[in-house]
Amino acid sequence: MYTKILQLVLILILSPFLFGVINKTKAFFAGRKGSPLLQLYYDLFKLLGKGVVYSTTTTWIFIAGPIVGLSALTVAALLIPFAGYSAVISFDGDVIFFIYLLGLARFFTVLAALDTGSSFEGMGASREVQFAVFAEPALFLSLATLARVTGQVSLSGIFSKAVITSWAEYGPLIYLIFGAIFIVFLTENSRIPVDDPNTHLELTMIHEVMVLDHGGFDLAYIFYGAAIKFWLLGTLLMGIFLGTSSYGWGQDCIIFILGMILLAVVVGVVESVFARFRLLKIPHFLIIALALAVVALILTMRP
Amino acid sequence: MNSEINFIIIGILLMNLMILSSSRIRTCVWIAAIQGVGVGVIPLVVNFPSIMPEAIINSILSIFLKGVVFPWLLFRALQEANIRKEVEPVGGYPLSLLMGVIMFAMSFWLSSRLLSSKLLIYDLAAPVSFATFFTGVFIIVSRMKAITQVIGYLILENGIYLFGIVFLGEQSLLVELAILLDIFVGVFVMGIAIFHISREFDHIDTQKLSQLKDLINSKQEFEDD
Amino acid sequence: MNAVLSSLIILAISGLLALSFNRFAKLSNFIGALGVVIASILGLGSIFVVYKTNNSSLNIPWLVPYGTFSIEIDFLSTLFLFPIFIVSALAAVYGFDYLKHYFGKKNIGRAWLFFNLLVASMVLVVISRNAILFLLAWEAMSISSFFLVLFEGEKKNVGRVGLLYLIATHIGTLFLIAMFVLLSKNNGSFDFSLWQITASGFLPSIIFICALIGFGTKAGFMPLHIWLPEAHPAAPSHVSAVMSGVMIKTGIYGLIRIITFLGIPCAWWGYLLIAIGIISGVLGILFALAQHDLKRLLAYSSIENIGIITIGIGMGVLGMSINNPVLTVIGFTGGLLHLINHSLLKGLLFLGAGAVLQGAGTREIDALGGLFRKMPLTGFCFLIGAASICGLPPFNGFISEFIIYFASFKSLFGSAAIALISMIIIASLALIGALAVACFSKAFGIIFLGQPRSVYCQQAHEPGIFMRISMVILASASVLIGLCFPFVVGFIGKIISEITGKPISTIEMPLLNLVNPLIYIVVGVLLLYIVILLLILLRRIILRKVEIKPVLTWDCGYMYPNSRMQYTASSFIQPVVDFFKGILNTKKHVVKITEYFPDSSYFKTETADLFSETVFRPMFKFLRQMTEKLTWLQHGKLQFYILYILFTLIALFIWKL
Repeated sequence: MYTKILQLVLILILSPFLFGVINKTKAFFAGRKGSPLLQLYYDLFKLLGKGVVYSTTTTWIFIAGPIVGLSALTVAALLIPFAGYSAVISFDGDVIFFIYLLGLARFFTVLAALDTGSSFEGMGASREVQFAVFAEPALFLSLATLARVTGQVSLSGIFSKAVITSWAEYGPLIYLIFGAIFIVFLTENSRIPVDDPNTHLELTMIHEVMVLDHGGFDLAYIFYGAAIKFWLLGTLLMGIFLGTSSYGWGQDCIIFILGMILLAVVVGVVESVFARFRLLKIPHFLIIALALAVVALILTMRP
Repeated sequence: MNSEINFIIIGILLMNLMILSSSRIRTCVWIAAIQGVGVGVIPLVVNFPSIMPEAIINSILSIFLKGVVFPWLLFRALQEANIRKEVEPVGGYPLSLLMGVIMFAMSFWLSSRLLSSKLLIYDLAAPVSFATFFTGVFIIVSRMKAITQVIGYLILENGIYLFGIVFLGEQSLLVELAILLDIFVGVFVMGIAIFHISREFDHIDTQKLSQLKDLINSKQEFEDD
Repeated sequence: MNAVLSSLIILAISGLLALSFNRFAKLSNFIGALGVVIASILGLGSIFVVYKTNNSSLNIPWLVPYGTFSIEIDFLSTLFLFPIFIVSALAAVYGFDYLKHYFGKKNIGRAWLFFNLLVASMVLVVISRNAILFLLAWEAMSISSFFLVLFEGEKKNVGRVGLLYLIATHIGTLFLIAMFVLLSKNNGSFDFSLWQITASGFLPSIIFICALIGFGTKAGFMPLHIWLPEAHPAAPSHVSAVMSGVMIKTGIYGLIRIITFLGIPCAWWGYLLIAIGIISGVLGILFALAQHDLKRLLAYSSIENIGIITIGIGMGVLGMSINNPVLTVIGFTGGLLHLINHSLLKGLLFLGAGAVLQGAGTREIDALGGLFRKMPLTGFCFLIGAASICGLPPFNGFISEFIIYFASFKSLFGSAAIALISMIIIASLALIGALAVACFSKAFGIIFLGQPRSVYCQQAHEPGIFMRISMVILASASVLIGLCFPFVVGFIGKIISEITGKPISTIEMPLLNLVNPLIYIVVGVLLLYIVILLLILLRRIILRKVEIKPVLTWDCGYMYPNSRMQYTASSFIQPVVDFFKGILNTKKHVVKITEYFPDSSYFKTETADLFSETVFRPMFKFLRQMTEKLTWLQHGKLQFYILYILFTLIALFIWKL
């Protein structure tokens, strides 16, 4: 139990670090020095101390958005395994609870955006719900395929077995799933090529524009929530490769954390070498994820 | 051994999906070429320790044709004919992709019905070869340009080739060569035809070349204009 | 049993009293509502009695040919009685305030008569155990709801809608009559208790298809749903709540009841039900998304939820036929629990829609906005309803959707066919869920948030106290039921044992699989509440000394934003609607801007129903053309009509004698 809680604490502490890694990687590619690795921690600390500004249009929904969002993601963090070790809470079907908690966070973020009455935020909210229409089935199908392959229905179960039993037999299949989840991962975390977290043109933004009017304390919640979400969905990816528990808890955890850092580097590389898609292309991109998941699923139907 | 083949075969399958979802003709040509090379490599991998000389020749020939000659011809035709870059599928890309997935599911079912399990040396090869075949047909049906139809034929041939090498073994060589020759002549003729048509009509309007794909369509499009 | 009978009598008497005091609108209003409330409390009492003791039945010979007045309350009935009584009672409480609006303009007594009749007939449908009695109750239900739909008959279109409803529901009844005739022919009795089909061959399948069409018309299965999005918005809101919340569920009840008579179902029934469920679910929510009329949106969302319920029941039926206890038990559990949840939620949402309609005077989503400031309580209740119907935790809608997901996840490991079906169900549920989030974030976000979009919103106000009470009760039920599901599972087990005819011990094993996750979810939900509280607390502590500045919404630095600059409902859903344009076929009416200094411009989208446009309209047009050739029979001369009757009589005599 103590190790499980320690795992949770590690997730909560380490997740903002990955954003620093991404930014460093991007800076490296751009030939810059880049912001420090711990920049997001500084930002969070700074934002917590700042005052807040609220639009006169908004109601308490605007304040509730970040709070419910962060809470949902924190509870989702309770469900996610760490380095192949069982999560704090693990039960059959927690996959569903996990995805729906992300859905709850999205719902309230969207409502908080609509609460401002700004057309930009409406635009972002509209895009966010549209992408979810394609991303959610893809994520569900990928995890269900993994469940069929591993014979488990809980996240902890799936990711403790994803690697060991299936590697020889289901090699290509695992890559397909990885591809599908990676696309969903980039979308949900609003990274390039779907969304650009650094853009400064409201018309083209998706996730960032939804939180345009949030500031100070609320923004800190949102940033932190985004960092946790990155870790959670990243675990779904790295868990496929690093779910083994073979070297003892300590070493496994270190390997896993290094794996997550590697993932952040990969995301940084993707952001550096890819351009953003046109908005109309994004559903298309997500449907590719769906197609990959379906192909993987059909492959599991082999007699 | 089995798993390497599976990787290549899955790669071939993914290229089907990619070609269905890609919007640029150049990309489509590349994918068809890479797929051809992938298919050509399979016989070498299958019989890795003891490769027959015929198989080597067969592979090298098909890799050379599909990986070098056809793309070269097609790119040349593209350039000469000054064809617009977009693929223009009927019904949009998501629908094409959906059809691709459905075709794969169907081929899976079909191959489980059609072939007795004893024949199945590589259980993925049969469905993927069917799926590739169907994808080729689908591209021919659903794409509006002559050049994309040539690409469709290439994909179709890849499907037949895959089926041949996996299920007919060494005897397939003759069949293979015949088909390859057909396709070669086909691509060649198409390439020359497109080239000449573009030359003929150069002084009129090259942008509207795509309307020459056949009579009825072009009539309609002119009426639309 | 006595309690239910007396509640039926109270409903009838109070309805008649309300009608007779018609001239005193206030009194009539009071009596009508009170009758429903008392009857419901009595009825709920009877449910608990049944739960404590066991089934109780009553059999009275009756003058109607073939009919006996036989009624019985078993566990399946109580499952349906529970939402009927609760939603009706709360709708009546709500209607007490809602109808005040119409004093002096409308016939209040008549509205209550039909409302109480509707409630009574729904109860009777669920407890009757004789085909004739069932059909009578079924007809009474249809007719009384028909008159309620016509409540505002002077509005344009309402008359046409009423007619559509009447025709649709009678086509359904036609199939039910055929089905009952087949069943009773086969068993030689009209009493349900004697029915048990053991015959193999086509008969059970034919009966099943009849039931599917007959009951499916009432329930709103996808191609048969066309009356639903028309009729539900036309009725007064508390009636819409009852119709959408519970009345359409009687269709599901009928279907399940008939399945119990048919022995072991065929596998394709299950596949068919699942397919219908998926089609209704996905298309229902897709069309809901494209609607701009709040009540129409909710009506389409009912179709979606009926779809989800049907998926669950289809899984149960499939499980019965292939003898897979996990699929059977968990599938049925999910379907039935979603049925109860949806009753409460759709009740809540329609009541909220009524409050918006009465407060702001319109139900056009694009004309509303910023109502949250004027109607905080209604908004809060609607928010809970919206989040819950999207299946989001921590509310009750999530639990039932979870159970259906759970059943599919649990059957992933079996044979390829079952695994494939489970995968399709998982994908469609995920699609439905994501579309529902889009739909209800639009509904709530555009109506309640942002700035007022039109003058309608200026006068908006909270509804009367009774309307608020019923909404608050339903909303808190949604929160609490989410927490107590692990404890009602035992009760569901008894119902499933009745449906499948298997002993309770075989049901309990798979159910135990379910209890553990549900308890964990409750723990997770409680943790969610705790974290929310902690975060609020942290916010309080840190922001204690900080000054909070009110400003304008960020407007990109140009000028003061006004309400016309906001995203509208149409623009919010445009990307999704455009993507699915092949299905939705949304028509855009645009006046394009061509000049640099444009004149007034105009944009409107409109989404007509897929099936009524492509199937039913052409079909009825054809029918009309065919029947027009028969008009020479109807010439208006009385003598000839009498002659027809004479001929018919003679023909009948000749045939029979």
